Amino acid sequence: MGATAAVPVLEISDLCVSYGKVEALHHAGLRVGQGQIVTVIGPNGAGKTTMLSAIMGLLPRSRGRICFQGVDLDGAEVEDMVAHGVNLVPESRALFGEMSVEDNLLLGAFSRHRSGLRDQAQTMEEVFRVFPRLKERRSQHAGTLSGGERQMLALARALMAKPKLLMLDEPSLGLAPLIVRDIFRVIGALKATGVSILLVEQNARAALQVADYAYVLETGEIALEGPSRELIDDPKVVESYLGLGGKR
Amino acid sequence: MDLQIALLLGQDGITNGAIYALLSLALVLVFAVTRVIFIPQGEFVAFGALTLASFQAGKVPGTLWLLIGAGIAVAVVDLRAVLGRSRQRRRIFSILGWNLVYPVVLAILIHLAKPGELPLAAQVILALALVVPLGPMTYRLAFQPLAEASVLVLLIVAVGVHFALVGLGLLFFGAEGSRTPAFSDGSLTLGSLTVGAQTLWVLGSSLTLIVVLAFFFERTIYGKALRATAMNRTGARLMGISTVMAGKLSFLLASLIGAFSGVLIAPITTVYYDTGFLIGLKGFVGAIVGALSSYPLAALGALLVGLLEAFSSFWASAFKEVIVFTLIIPVLVWLSLTTHQVEEEE
Repeated sequence: MGATAAVPVLEISDLCVSYGKVEALHHAGLRVGQGQIVTVIGPNGAGKTTMLSAIMGLLPRSRGRICFQGVDLDGAEVEDMVAHGVNLVPESRALFGEMSVEDNLLLGAFSRHRSGLRDQAQTMEEVFRVFPRLKERRSQHAGTLSGGERQMLALARALMAKPKLLMLDEPSLGLAPLIVRDIFRVIGALKATGVSILLVEQNARAALQVADYAYVLETGEIALEGPSRELIDDPKVVESYLGLGGKR
Repeated sequence: MDLQIALLLGQDGITNGAIYALLSLALVLVFAVTRVIFIPQGEFVAFGALTLASFQAGKVPGTLWLLIGAGIAVAVVDLRAVLGRSRQRRRIFSILGWNLVYPVVLAILIHLAKPGELPLAAQVILALALVVPLGPMTYRLAFQPLAEASVLVLLIVAVGVHFALVGLGLLFFGAEGSRTPAFSDGSLTLGSLTVGAQTLWVLGSSLTLIVVLAFFFERTIYGKALRATAMNRTGARLMGISTVMAGKLSFLLASLIGAFSGVLIAPITTVYYDTGFLIGLKGFVGAIVGALSSYPLAALGALLVGLLEAFSSFWASAFKEVIVFTLIIPVLVWLSLTTHQVEEEE
């Protein structure tokens, strides 16, 4: 076990992404350890979403290495990443609005189904235990759910794939504070199930409270990194991202 | 017009309408999943019918050579893409198997079995086995490299593929039309109405196929995956549903529906190498009634097209096609007034 614990789940280095001539991400690097929650915080437009999209293979990478559980995944496409156990919940949630909650969840396990695994019914029961609200609405169309329920469904759908690494893009975006608290409680609880999480957030305070380690991304570059417990007290972070109430 | 004639025309219209309905469903499916307006749909109808007719005439259909040629082309393109990437080495066997071994096995089978002497059902299965794989191959060669192109570019390519396939049809089958014997003889008499056996075959088979398709889309994970791709391409990819797989699967269903329709209509109408185009366009009018997105509306629209065609051939037979295609104008005006302009994805 000692040896595997030393190999990070995800290690990226020197990752660059360009939109045409504009480089949106410069030589970014980060690691996510086994069972860790790692967060990337930073202002709007810093390149957080770009980074997740590039790791996932949704955007072409102009250079950089992506290593997943010690396996080189440079140039892997989205479908390969999913097959390896990497899942992304995008900012837009990307739900299938005209399909039932249950069908959305089933499709979450599509990749597992393709590789011959047939434990979807059991996984769905487990997921319903985490999100009892979704069980009540299982036959309702995803498009009719409330904002909070949609985010829960997006999370639940990703969990159906039994990911080893879960990447969450702004899970709190556009949600009421009470619901944000629910979502972050779930994210914290997921850690106990052994899944590693890469969390991108503008809600820096909530993210730092739940995470083990944090990176600050500014204008496409990693400006700062450290254990969340330390960053939450870092004067620079407090001033830029947490405001005056940061130190509670 | 008396009741007798009205019943006859109605029967004719519903029979053709059923075929148009099948084709319109395929068009809606292909458009929803790949954004391709599948103009060559009709060529698969003609290829299906004429391949079956070739078997019955004791000839080797030219579509066999097309399948072998397209298979080689797909194998070359796919192998080039795979060899550059070490991760996908295991795919080589499936590429070689489907694109090279399958056509060759089929060719050997056709040469050994003398299809002209086989029972009709076996001939139909062989014809479908020959024509249907051409659908996904067309997708691989013509549309997959352009997956990110605009709807207009895809439409232009679709028109190009249509012309190429019509030309190949002329080369393979000649300018002569063909007709195949009915699946079974006899007829059914209901009061003053006599329904031919082939009409019943067409209606029964179309209905069965529609029910099977509905089951596929509502109940199976691959059907749901296709619908998911149509609803949200990025979301589907994030579930591991590859856009390429979805595209190939939708083209496979479209060519199956096309070739099967061809086999069904071959006994009731003479099929020429270019007959498919008009049939496909009428399916397209039906699909437009469903705004290229609603399956039930498309099927109803196609049925309406069939009936309109039958009755206008009685009253104004010279204007039959004009009347049918004019239907598209009020529908488009209605759609443009009632639906909101939707921005193209991405």
